[in-house]
Amino acid sequence: MNTTTEGMELVYEKPDTLTETPMHYCPGCGHGVAHKVLMEVIEEMGITQDTVGVAPVGCSVFAYMYMNVDMQEAAHGRASAAATGVKRVLPEKYVFSYQGDGDLAAIGTAETIHTVNRGENILMVFINNGIYGMTGGQMAPTSLEGMKTSTSPYGRECSTMGSPLKMTELIAHLPGAYYVTRQSVHTAAAVRKLKKALKFSFEAQKQKKGTCFVEIVSNCPSGWKMTPLEANDWMEKNMFPYFPPGDIKVPNELK
Amino acid sequence: MSTLQREETPKLMKGNEALAEAAIRADMQAYFGYPITPQSEVLEYLTEEVPKRKPNTVVLQAESEVASINMVYGAGGAGARVMTSSSSPGFSLMQEGVSYLAASEIPCLLVNVQRGGPGLGTIQPAQGDYFQAVKGGGHGDYHIIVLAPNSVQEMADFVFEGWRLAEEYRMPALILADGAVGQMMEKVYLPKDGSLPHQTAAWATTGKPKGRDRNFITSLHMEPDKMEQVNLHLQDKYRKLRKEERYELFNVKDADVILVAFGLTARICNKAQQLAAEKGLRVGVVRPITLYPFPYDIIASLAGPNRVFLTVEMNAGQMVEDVRLAVNGKSPVYFRGRMGGMIPNPEDILLEIEALAEKHNLVNQTVR
Repeated sequence: MNTTTEGMELVYEKPDTLTETPMHYCPGCGHGVAHKVLMEVIEEMGITQDTVGVAPVGCSVFAYMYMNVDMQEAAHGRASAAATGVKRVLPEKYVFSYQGDGDLAAIGTAETIHTVNRGENILMVFINNGIYGMTGGQMAPTSLEGMKTSTSPYGRECSTMGSPLKMTELIAHLPGAYYVTRQSVHTAAAVRKLKKALKFSFEAQKQKKGTCFVEIVSNCPSGWKMTPLEANDWMEKNMFPYFPPGDIKVPNELK
Repeated sequence: MSTLQREETPKLMKGNEALAEAAIRADMQAYFGYPITPQSEVLEYLTEEVPKRKPNTVVLQAESEVASINMVYGAGGAGARVMTSSSSPGFSLMQEGVSYLAASEIPCLLVNVQRGGPGLGTIQPAQGDYFQAVKGGGHGDYHIIVLAPNSVQEMADFVFEGWRLAEEYRMPALILADGAVGQMMEKVYLPKDGSLPHQTAAWATTGKPKGRDRNFITSLHMEPDKMEQVNLHLQDKYRKLRKEERYELFNVKDADVILVAFGLTARICNKAQQLAAEKGLRVGVVRPITLYPFPYDIIASLAGPNRVFLTVEMNAGQMVEDVRLAVNGKSPVYFRGRMGGMIPNPEDILLEIEALAEKHNLVNQTVR
């Protein structure tokens, strides 16, 4: 087999901001792409040495094993509080938190709201796949109405279990929120949009504009008990109508 | 105790304020807290003084104690000299975070100005959080350094000492005070500004420069053998910490009755000891200053025949368990406690001493 690359154009390589550690994510899971896009942005902006990330508890609990930047692993729901601590003592650094729906929108609701309300100059990345993946597919604050999970086996009934929480719309009302958007990673076009949103968020952070909040509507093939293709299809048909992708709060300069 | 440089003229200050002032002088870089009686003066003092004197120091009122302790985690993990303070119910809320801080080896200074419990309890002084402080109030096998001040002077001094120990051993240190020590006013010789040097924290998450591996702060170790190694490392650290045991002894050499008490209660015991001496009774006092590591050896060395121990606490009997462990059956160990914000008075302790002396036939014949 000819392995020479002579005469070939390099069109893609793994950024140095990702480690060599193989990711543990299930086939088709959006986390791997979300990690990669976030790390690509950090590398392309040349801010690796100035970036500190905070990982959550949930499927992405090991984010610090894959992201080749300085990282902290926070307690469940407290990533934005830990990120506040980091940012306040290192105000010139870029700080991001990376949390799932259970972490950010259930157990960490108070921290999420107050971090944004203070307008902490951080980027909050919010992966919403409507389920607790790591613990084995339990109902999440963002599980859709009627959605069957291991703790809502007859489907989520909003009258007793509450309605799926639109945390992103909720925090967009707060004056501290500078840029609030909802993206996805299931197509090449979506990835490009997400990349732009993340890049804008880091640029805003440098100018100390307030909190940038990027929700990524994602999938969970294992938790949803679907193939990756079925999961993406289901996400578009069911998640997107309730959690529509697009900008929710946009500063004038982006308009 | 390390050599602390203090001002030559004293000030009259509240315990909580002296503690806050000492934190400013110890070059604290960040404070995160939430109001709760009887420690709110700490947050009030810092929000008043810090912007005027040290504008680069972070003082932030968080939305809860849960948020506060996790902000401490973030800032401490980023290498800052960081602190939080609370009182009993609020400190309970922080326990998950304390476990994470201990597991991740993040140095920080914690303060619990105790009030009566359980539950919402009362805002009056108590010592009911001894177990929580010294046995590990959160989950898992961990300990934190615990210093018990009994004066406004020590509220200030232990800020420096707590941070010094926390940074040397890379672990949280707790000042376990009580509502009386926090609220009372006394003279204090404040430690001098900037007299606590910073140590470099090469492990901190400050941004990964080219050529160094990324730093990460974590307490997650999925492989059991690795998790056990982390535990063994922590236990080894706690063994080394034993050389930092601190205590005060008063008149113990020829004492028939030895009082054991910490914090405010130790001062009350000193008074009871005086009253007893006036009656010809030979009474000594052991005052553990570090509650963790607990000064087992000195108490063990004092135990023996013809001597009884009386532990006095503002709780239902917590430290007395450690006193019993130290004494190990070599002397009888008794307990006298008040709860719910009640403070024992010296006269009551004297009655107890007299009764014990009588019961164990310890009364000096010449006096009798």
